[in-house]
Amino acid sequence: MTEVRHMSVDETSTEDLVAEDSSVIMDVSDVSVYYGSFRAVRDVHMPVRQHEITAMIGPSGCGKSTLLRSLNRMNDLIEGARVEGMITYQGIDLYGPRVDPVEVRRRIGMVFQKPNPFPKSIEENITFGPRIAGIPKSEFPELVERSLRSAALWDEVKDRLNDSALGLSGGQQQRLCIARAIATKPDILLMDEPCSALDPIATGRIEDLMQELKSDYTIVIVTHNMQQAARVSDRCAFFTTEVDSVSDRRTGQLVEYDRTEKIFSNPADERTENYVTGRFG
Amino acid sequence: MTAPVLDQNLLAGNPKRRNKEKTVGAIFTVAAGLSLVVSLLIVGSLVFKAGSFLGDLINPPEDALAETRDGMISLSNLWSEQWAPRFMQFDIKTLLVASIIVTIVAMAVAGPIGLGAAIYLSEYASPRVRRILKPVLEVLAGIPSVVLGFFALRWIGPNVVANMFESAGNQSLLAAGLGVGLLTIPLVASISEDAMRSVPNALREASAGLGARKFTTSTKIVLPAAVSGLVAAFIVATSRAIGETMVVFLAAGGSGNSAQFTLSPLDRGATMTAAMASQASGTDGTIVETAFNSLFFVGAVLFVITLTLNVIADRFVRRVRQQY
Amino acid sequence: MALTAPIVDADKTAERVRARIESGGRDPKDIGFRWLMFGTLLFSLLVLSVLIYDVVGDSWSILSERFMDFLARPSRSRPDEAGVFTGLRGTFWIGVFVIVLSFPIGIGAAIYLEEYASGGWFTRLIDVNIRNLAGVPSVVYGILGFTIFVGFFNQRFSDANAFGKVTAAGGLTLAVLSLPIVIITSAEAIRAVPQSLREAGYGVGATKWEVVRNHVLPYAAPGILTGTLLSLARALGEAAPLILVGAIRGKLGSDAGFFDLRQLGEQFTAMPIMITEYASKPGEDWVPVTAAAIVILLLVVLGFNAAAVLLRNRFESKREGK
Repeated sequence: MTEVRHMSVDETSTEDLVAEDSSVIMDVSDVSVYYGSFRAVRDVHMPVRQHEITAMIGPSGCGKSTLLRSLNRMNDLIEGARVEGMITYQGIDLYGPRVDPVEVRRRIGMVFQKPNPFPKSIEENITFGPRIAGIPKSEFPELVERSLRSAALWDEVKDRLNDSALGLSGGQQQRLCIARAIATKPDILLMDEPCSALDPIATGRIEDLMQELKSDYTIVIVTHNMQQAARVSDRCAFFTTEVDSVSDRRTGQLVEYDRTEKIFSNPADERTENYVTGRFG
Repeated sequence: MTAPVLDQNLLAGNPKRRNKEKTVGAIFTVAAGLSLVVSLLIVGSLVFKAGSFLGDLINPPEDALAETRDGMISLSNLWSEQWAPRFMQFDIKTLLVASIIVTIVAMAVAGPIGLGAAIYLSEYASPRVRRILKPVLEVLAGIPSVVLGFFALRWIGPNVVANMFESAGNQSLLAAGLGVGLLTIPLVASISEDAMRSVPNALREASAGLGARKFTTSTKIVLPAAVSGLVAAFIVATSRAIGETMVVFLAAGGSGNSAQFTLSPLDRGATMTAAMASQASGTDGTIVETAFNSLFFVGAVLFVITLTLNVIADRFVRRVRQQY
Repeated sequence: MALTAPIVDADKTAERVRARIESGGRDPKDIGFRWLMFGTLLFSLLVLSVLIYDVVGDSWSILSERFMDFLARPSRSRPDEAGVFTGLRGTFWIGVFVIVLSFPIGIGAAIYLEEYASGGWFTRLIDVNIRNLAGVPSVVYGILGFTIFVGFFNQRFSDANAFGKVTAAGGLTLAVLSLPIVIITSAEAIRAVPQSLREAGYGVGATKWEVVRNHVLPYAAPGILTGTLLSLARALGEAAPLILVGAIRGKLGSDAGFFDLRQLGEQFTAMPIMITEYASKPGEDWVPVTAAAIVILLLVVLGFNAAAVLLRNRFESKREGK
């Protein structure tokens, strides 16, 4: 897996910015996210490129999850949450007046920190999204199989699709959540520390899965685990917290955003270097 | 800098779904808004009729004057020597004092017993014992007040009150108060228990870790920490006791048509609620409107008292929530 | 060293500690307190037992000799002919009003408060308002029922003898009375739904209503059902508001059958009113009649209560067991 990634990085590394920019599917520019009057994260610039895995790392409280949740408007559900700046998806302002947040979430799926399958059957977990999106029932059997196969779960559950999803192990539940997310055919998958509740073996399987999903989807992942970021991601954004001069509270900010290789071998910012070498955080 | 826009409507979503969402949201908002309508109707009906009653006192109509002995009606009829609407005697303190007596008796019963039950359930009972004993309180809470009224009339009055006090008859404010007390035990217990259970276990463990007995932990640590909730429980129960009707109506023995002022719990008496119920159930169809409307005035007084108590209790409940 | 010098008498302390350890945790003060607290619960149990024993004992002559007859007969002026038919009929229809009006509106309002409310002034107003409504004495709801509903039916389609004091007015009054409790208990049940379940639904592109209908309501259903059953039981036991609304104590003008819709516009009574009526009659002969009516009301009301409590316990242990 890692070899493949390095090859692709090497192939494009010599190329110019122009070629890369044409593949930007989501652009985050000058973004701050507020909860009421509290600014959780500020002034983020972070173009997300298609078919890449973009990792967001940094100490806790630096606003990674907050930012991630504003990428598919999950933050709308939190009272008082507000985004300033511009987030575009395929050139469309995500917070524009003609945008339906429900459609945003269908196209930009999400996998959460703790596996959260619906307390229903495995099959119903997959078909809920397509059903509400109006996809005809006749397509469901094929869709269920494809989604579960993509999430590397099909062989384990194909004989018990009608069993409760709560009977699965934690790792299986998280893969089911990934299958559920890709069943609505999104372009982008947002993953909020998807392995933090899992054991190392289950974590490994999810990481392998992410590499396979990369060819069809764009992935943005928040992780606490630097090794994980180094293993799976193509690009890496390092966040930290600084005391905000205005509110005197800790606000997250983006320190450095670059190729993962560069972040971990030759970071431009001293704070990044301290963090990735384990001297801080 | 970014890719060219493919389709401006890419994220517009499905208008049909959005409309449905809006409609459903509007329906729920209306459902919630109906509760405001209920409040307005309550206040409206009280104010309108109580106002017309007071208006009649200031500017008495002929039919009302005809019922009086001296042909005089004024606001001072609200503070005379008895409650006798037929004769335009509306002494509100007669009813108020009877309500207060019943409430004091009720809280003297429900306060300690409800609190004790709450302490046992929250601090001592194992989950299994709790599951068995809690339904006792829940069943008691489920008994309709008219049933407790009959019990107070048939059993508490003759067997408890009349036995203890020679001068008391089968019906008295005391018997009614005891009945109301039984009725409010579950209320005191359940709010107090909630308050004590919301005290973090860390406090109990810290106390036990210092070698304190369970008795000490319960009385010196948990109770003071839960005091806001306990006060709230007491106030809510007081409000409930003042507003309780059927027990008093059946067991206090006061006629809502002519009640004498009394300070003794052993006497018969009419509370505000009992006076309202007997006024409304009066079979006398010829009663003048001014007399009938007095029940709205009493209702308004009752409403203001209970509302005030509930607002105060709410403050205390909120304090509990903020603490932990 | 001075710093470690004992501040208290070491011997005394040691003695007390030893006594405590050797008592094996059986401190008399502790045990006494524990039993005192237990006694308060026991007192409640005792009261309950006496009440039920007393009522069942008083009612036995009727329940054992003419139970079906008692159910089938209306109010009569002779105790050996009296029954509770009209009361049961009225209570049944009042229950229908509560279920049909109060349940959907109450659950809808609860969904609004927990899922749709924005936290603005309107939400706060409704929230405060509902909590205050729950504390309004039931007799005051009777005033609302009398002024608004009886007034309304008096002017329109109702039979001339009833003056608007009809079944529908009673049913509407108790539906309004139970509304705040339905809202509060349903809102509690909805609040207990884990946020992660909602996020899962929104995460795959569901609208709010789709999340509520498919995930929140099914999860909260047992809790909502428990709360609504309890409020139904409470409404069916209410007498005071019905007295204000003009429920009849005595013989009814209406002779409609149990399920006859005509009675909605006719005079009415209900179980708690019949009990009041029989309890107020002079003479020992009426005691068994009153007690028997009470037993029947208790069967209905405590039946709903028991169903609610059992339902809750079952789902609580199911969720905890997982």
